[in-house]
Amino acid sequence: MSILSVTGLTKSFGGLMAVNDVSFDLAEGSIVGLIGPNGAGKTTVFNLITGIYRPDKGDIRFTETPIVRLPTHRIVSLGVARTFQTIRLFQNLSVLENVLSGCHCRMKAGPLRAMLRTPGQLREERRALERALGLLGFVRLRHEAQQLAKNLSYGNQRLLEIARGLATEPRLLILDEPSGGMNEQETIDLIVLIGKLRGRGITILLIEHRMSLVMRLCENIVVLDYGAKIAEGAPEEIKQDPRVIEAYLGTEEGEGE
Amino acid sequence: MQRTSLIFIALVALFLLSPLLLNPYWVDVLNNVGLYAILGLSLNLIVGHAGLFNLGHAAFYAVGAYTAAILNTRFQIPVLWLLPICALSSGLFAGIIARPIIHLRGDYLCIVTIGMGEIVRIALLNNVFGITGGVNGIFGIARPSLFGISIQTPHEFFYLIWGFVSLTIFLFHRLENSRFGRALNYLREDEVAAEGSGVNVAHYKLACFVLGAAWAGMAGDIFAAKMTIISPESFSFWESVLMFTLIILGGSGSIPGVMLGAFLIIGLPEVFREFANARLLVFGAAMVAMMIFRTEGILPPRPRTYPSIEPPSGEGRR
Amino acid sequence: METFLQQLTNGLAVGSIYALIALGYTMVYGVLKLINFAHGDLFTIGSYLGLTLLTSLTLTGRLGVLAGILCLVVMVMGLVGLIGALLERVAYRPLRQSPRLSAVVSALGASIFLQNAVMLIYGARFQVYPHNVLPKMPLGLFGLYIPLVKVLVLVAALVMMMALYLFIQKTKLGTAIRAAAIDQGAARLMGIDVDRVILIVFLIGPALGGAAGLMVGLLYGQINFTMGWVFGLKAFTAAILGGIGNIPGAMVGGILLGVIEAMGAAYLSIAWKDAIAFCVLIVILIVRPTGLLGERVAEKV
Repeated sequence: MSILSVTGLTKSFGGLMAVNDVSFDLAEGSIVGLIGPNGAGKTTVFNLITGIYRPDKGDIRFTETPIVRLPTHRIVSLGVARTFQTIRLFQNLSVLENVLSGCHCRMKAGPLRAMLRTPGQLREERRALERALGLLGFVRLRHEAQQLAKNLSYGNQRLLEIARGLATEPRLLILDEPSGGMNEQETIDLIVLIGKLRGRGITILLIEHRMSLVMRLCENIVVLDYGAKIAEGAPEEIKQDPRVIEAYLGTEEGEGE
Repeated sequence: MQRTSLIFIALVALFLLSPLLLNPYWVDVLNNVGLYAILGLSLNLIVGHAGLFNLGHAAFYAVGAYTAAILNTRFQIPVLWLLPICALSSGLFAGIIARPIIHLRGDYLCIVTIGMGEIVRIALLNNVFGITGGVNGIFGIARPSLFGISIQTPHEFFYLIWGFVSLTIFLFHRLENSRFGRALNYLREDEVAAEGSGVNVAHYKLACFVLGAAWAGMAGDIFAAKMTIISPESFSFWESVLMFTLIILGGSGSIPGVMLGAFLIIGLPEVFREFANARLLVFGAAMVAMMIFRTEGILPPRPRTYPSIEPPSGEGRR
Repeated sequence: METFLQQLTNGLAVGSIYALIALGYTMVYGVLKLINFAHGDLFTIGSYLGLTLLTSLTLTGRLGVLAGILCLVVMVMGLVGLIGALLERVAYRPLRQSPRLSAVVSALGASIFLQNAVMLIYGARFQVYPHNVLPKMPLGLFGLYIPLVKVLVLVAALVMMMALYLFIQKTKLGTAIRAAAIDQGAARLMGIDVDRVILIVFLIGPALGGAAGLMVGLLYGQINFTMGWVFGLKAFTAAILGGIGNIPGAMVGGILLGVIEAMGAAYLSIAWKDAIAFCVLIVILIVRPTGLLGERVAEKV
């Protein structure tokens, strides 16, 4: 079953065509990579899927539900979570509170129940706390729970963003350059982590520049260049696709075509 | 830890007994501190927790006060019964006003709230709908009565007001440690990240305005009953600045900070009453100095700790 | 018809004053992204300084009307400009790296300080400008008799705005100011001394505001230490109307607001005159926050 289908996605900013008629499907439970040179429009595609931008043309369906006109928080509660390329954590809040923000959309209590401390609200809070701590354990950050997010190392901050995304109980997790700033060992741990996520039934869509990670993890790869899709396929095919090679490296003689 | 708790309890006890020790003038000063504490706490939801610049909070205060004044003088409804109605009217007003402006960026929102505050004041001054009494306002508001006891003297008002302050602190403390309170913090820290984590940012912005306004409305009710006369000049931009400043200087986002701010901003000038003219000069200079030297306020909020968590003995370390 | 033209001239005169003050707001906002709450009080200081200089130095008596007024304008602008630069140094520069809220609070504090300083020095009551500064005869234009003062104010304001426009568009310093307003970091990297640019902005903006204060004194005859508040907020509305950060916008916005207000006062109601500006403000911010001529700034996610 196709958990996400993107059809004819187009977005311009002023005169610049950032995304140009991009279409692809994600099979449920798969890990798909979105790659391309800098400025190819990859993050813009993510922003379009998660509702931060509205496309000029095109359709996006998540498990058959059109999500194009929906606000971002609605898309999240439907089951699509994301991390950000530039890391957008709540820097001055604790690691634990960062993860709790993901729990927010799976909880119900409003200000009234909070002020009255109803048994239902207390139960909900306790459960959220347990779940958040559990997720921190999953990304191996449990011991940093009370630490301020801004004090974590770069790599750990990325893991925290993933934990936050997982807290929303997503069916699709969109990762924007998750291995940015990580060393070799951390990258390997990340690969293991993402593998475990697939084991939990979560579909993963990721932007990555680290080819080793992409080739190891992804079953399917979509390649963008100048906003348009230029190739799609299994890692082996993509590695040898001349259009992909040209996009990343340019032609033999440089200019002049 | 034990010792500071005891000192704190002793101070609170002393404070509660103070009406018996001070003369009525100073008790009234404490009453004003109390009212501004309530206003500060209500504005703190908007400015401190959600990080929205609201410099028109006096408008919500005014709506509550005038609602109480009008309903009490025309329909003789007892003032304390009007508390929920004033909360409702101010909250509703905020809901309508804030809806179209809530998405505006920080500075713009600031200016719009100033404008809104002024429009409300001018409307009250011009006797809008013919019920606000114009420049003279409304007089003859009844005193509150609780269980048959009429509350009239500053001493009696002290317990009413500070009782309400205590209730506010109690409830707002619970609010801080809840899903709602956290949501406000998230949207203050990073709106885009909050929305991306599933928090309905627009909803919470509106909600904190409504809740903050509702509480200010109730403060307005008590104010009306205390003064028995209200007029538009009690709800000027200056009042909004006072409320805003006491939060910022005391420590925006934290309940102790707001309380400290209320005592400093409202109480301290009374101590220096003789220097009446230079007071405001010092006030302005203090604001500038405070921002330069300690921008987070005197008692900023400390990061929340969850005592129920013990870090595991070493498993899962990175 | 006559009322209409009469109100139009009123609106243009007042509007040009709003425009001059608005320029101060918009220039500062453009470069520092800060709402200088104290700007209205600089305007007030301008009018009080004008009064002091006028009465104590009897310039018009000594130099004749034209030269005297000119001298007065230059002196007021210079002094208020200096005060403005001082203000920046003391209250805003230390907060360049701090969160925006701090600068807003500091601006509020500075405004309170300045307003009360004026009150302490000059007293809380209205102060009156001498009546005989300018010749009284009205000019006959378009079938109306318009007081000379109004015409002078309008002309002077237009001259200043034109000068500013040319400065911003045609000179190197003006271009540097525009560059810093668009992207401070990039401007710095291009070798622009941003600190100097900010200093210049805080000289010119307040100077214009001070000039406006002087004009208000001459136009209305009386001044009060709280005028900065009302004029300031209206001028700020004008700046927003034209597009905050946009210099021609401030000019257009000011004149437009003046005319709208004059028309509103004549045809709707005098009592709500002040509210008109605030209503315009709110409507603009809801419907078109970037103003009539403004630019949109997008945030990259």
